[in-house]
Amino acid sequence: MSLMHISSPHVHKPVTSVEQVMKQVLLATLPGVAVLTWFFGPGTLVNIIFGSMLAMGFEAWALWLRGKDFKSPLKDHSVIVTATLLCIALPPYSPWWLITVGIGVSVLLGKHVFGGLGYNPFNPAMVGYVVLLVSFPLQMSSWTEPRGVGEVPGLLDALTALFAPASYDGVTAATPLDLFRQNAGMLFDDLMIAKSELAGPIAGIGWDLVNLAFLAGGIWLLRQRIFTWHAPVGMLGALSLCALLGFDEGSSTGGGSVLFHLFSGATMFGAFFIITDPVSSAVSNRGRLIFGAGVGVLVYLIRVNGNYPDAVAFGVLLLNFAAPFIDQYTQPQVYGTKKIEVDE
Amino acid sequence: MRQIFDIHGGIHPPERKELAEPGRVHEMPLPSKLVLPITQHIGAPARSIVDVGDVVKGGQMIAEAQGPVSVPVHAPSSGTVTAIESRAVPHASGLTDTCIEITLDGEDTWIDLKGLDNWRETPKAELLECVRQAGIAGLGGAGFPTAIKLASDRDQGIHTLIINGTECEPYISADDTVMQCYAQEIVEGAEILAHMVGAENVILAVEDNKPDAAKAMAKAAEALDIADVVTFPTKYPSGGEKQLIEILFDMQVPSGGIPADIGILCQNPSTAIAVRDALIDGKPLTDRITTVTGMSLQTPGNRRVMLGTPIGELLRDAAFDDKAADRVIHGGPMMGFAVTDLDMPVVKITNCILAPTRTEIPPPQPQQACIRCGMCAEACPASLLPQQLYWYARAKDNEQLERHNLLDCIECGACAYVCPSHIPLVQYYRSAKGAIREAAKEKIRSDNSRARFEARQERLEREAAAKEAKRAARKAAAEARAKSGDDPVQAAIERAKAKKDAQAQTATEEKAQ
Repeated sequence: MSLMHISSPHVHKPVTSVEQVMKQVLLATLPGVAVLTWFFGPGTLVNIIFGSMLAMGFEAWALWLRGKDFKSPLKDHSVIVTATLLCIALPPYSPWWLITVGIGVSVLLGKHVFGGLGYNPFNPAMVGYVVLLVSFPLQMSSWTEPRGVGEVPGLLDALTALFAPASYDGVTAATPLDLFRQNAGMLFDDLMIAKSELAGPIAGIGWDLVNLAFLAGGIWLLRQRIFTWHAPVGMLGALSLCALLGFDEGSSTGGGSVLFHLFSGATMFGAFFIITDPVSSAVSNRGRLIFGAGVGVLVYLIRVNGNYPDAVAFGVLLLNFAAPFIDQYTQPQVYGTKKIEVDE
Repeated sequence: MRQIFDIHGGIHPPERKELAEPGRVHEMPLPSKLVLPITQHIGAPARSIVDVGDVVKGGQMIAEAQGPVSVPVHAPSSGTVTAIESRAVPHASGLTDTCIEITLDGEDTWIDLKGLDNWRETPKAELLECVRQAGIAGLGGAGFPTAIKLASDRDQGIHTLIINGTECEPYISADDTVMQCYAQEIVEGAEILAHMVGAENVILAVEDNKPDAAKAMAKAAEALDIADVVTFPTKYPSGGEKQLIEILFDMQVPSGGIPADIGILCQNPSTAIAVRDALIDGKPLTDRITTVTGMSLQTPGNRRVMLGTPIGELLRDAAFDDKAADRVIHGGPMMGFAVTDLDMPVVKITNCILAPTRTEIPPPQPQQACIRCGMCAEACPASLLPQQLYWYARAKDNEQLERHNLLDCIECGACAYVCPSHIPLVQYYRSAKGAIREAAKEKIRSDNSRARFEARQERLEREAAAKEAKRAARKAAAEARAKSGDDPVQAAIERAKAKKDAQAQTATEEKAQ
């Protein structure tokens, strides 16, 4: 027998791998995707499948260009996570070229120009999303009306929308956050009555359930210890606090209630699936708390005072910039470095 | 019930301690040869005092301590010295060391051993010398000379002695076995150790996965008023002395310091027995209990092994299937190192020889990119940021490594254990630590040579200045001579006068000095 010379430790925690982590993240998006599909039809699902295939192609191409082995990195599923997250954020029934541009930007400019997995300073999915949002505002705000199964476009419509895009004016509608932005001056409750077809218990029909589903997926990931509670709690806490301070009994010029903010738009999706991307966030727990809180404050400010209805992507990218700075000041107290109180 | 505290991080790897049936000591047949390295401890190597061809008896000193941080080596049995040469020894970096090979005669005759009549009445310095001369180094795995550790009480002195029976590494059950079988001797040793350092309390610390050991220790501890058994939840690496102190006292050993800085001394149970044997029986350290385990062995178990026994012999005794294994580990699976040569001997720090099958401990998986998930930081018992240290280690950024407290890393391996990217983190830290130490040495060297260079430069300048001054003086004198005409008599008088003045000045200078 030949003896291997291997450094310690010799044992490894069973079934822990990057692949496993990525699989769990994908699995955790299922409830959210399911609810999106229920209310908006198969658009998101088609986005994800089309986007993932494209993403794998882009990843393989980028790895080949960089002269790397492109088989094993593809197996780590990280690029599918990026594609899935971006495609969930895109409006359902997006045309093929929109998805292609988004995925291309995410994988090539968001990830590989920096050196691939683990080296990207920005969240790749959000890089792609923001480029699309700034470049194609019309397509990026064409969300279909949340109607529920039976009234939503079918699979065939979805495929038509993907490959032979035409305007979907018939079925698109403003999201509650859009309404909020466009109808300053109305009381929130009046707004909901005026647009009764969108009225839901908390934040408009569909959206509160979508958020609840992503919350459920996120809590499962938390329990699987894929990430710690710090970033999500930081973001949701800061957002709640801002909403509480800015709340003015429900006029839509005001900020909207805490619950409205928590269960609107991409709040829960952002809190558990976007800002928890470990590569581009702060490293220490305290740092991640601050990172999350920063995103929360920005989301509130941009939603209420900015030009865009939602702001998770901007918040995340801005805080990605700040992450190394946060790291600098949030090193945990290392064993034995505490100052000992000396009794004089 | 004593309050216990939690440490940051930690992991729960499968323990697999039952494999070696803790609580039973197997005796080994006498080996034919023993190979004794002269360095089985941390510190200066011992110096061989035997020659090839010498006949030695069991217990006879064969290498003496050199310098204060060093311990001697004794022959574990009788025989003839057949070689003194450099051989491979168990070491993380695969070093060689001078080894004394003894071919045993099978008689196992010993020198006459004589213990102290009354250790309580014996001066402490003499007790320390006895411990040192018995060749005792920490048997837990680090091998620091015990006499030095016992003499290292700082200003406040030692208030608590901890007998560290945590044994948190998977597979190993040597301490467990010693505690079950020799509890009384451990407590006797603890009493001597407490006496030597003036400790008022003795804590016998046992992890709660060893209930039999805890029971045996509690029974034996009844004989010693100041001793208490404390059990605490099983978690790796609770047995690191810094971690154990935090668990028991909620206190931290200052960075770069030792437990004695906060009045605590930790000793391994087997070390306590070795001290007891040395003082009461006069017996030097020549054997130890070692766990021999792993699925590639048919008869694993804890064995009493003579120091110097080749590891291969130990494995043969346990019916080793060498086709099933592709590595043999000295120590545990978390911190042990792979041995490259089965002729390597068992030494004072050998608490375990692990021979796992390929399926039991599979070969490492290929390393993937770090995704900074932070699982390592969650697992680190020293609250470090292993993912950051990894970046800085790869970038060879020593400044950031020190700022992120790399030197406080205890190399427990918890980070690498949980890493989803299978990065051998500890390996990076070890080599970075080596580089930092090397850089520090290099800095001292370059500082020294810079100082030397500057001194030389200054001396040369001083000499040049002096020469220049002399030359100027001569020139001035010549000019003065030329100006004052050619009165050689006057000149001679003046020269004499100047000489006298100079002499007078030298005299006063000498006086002043």
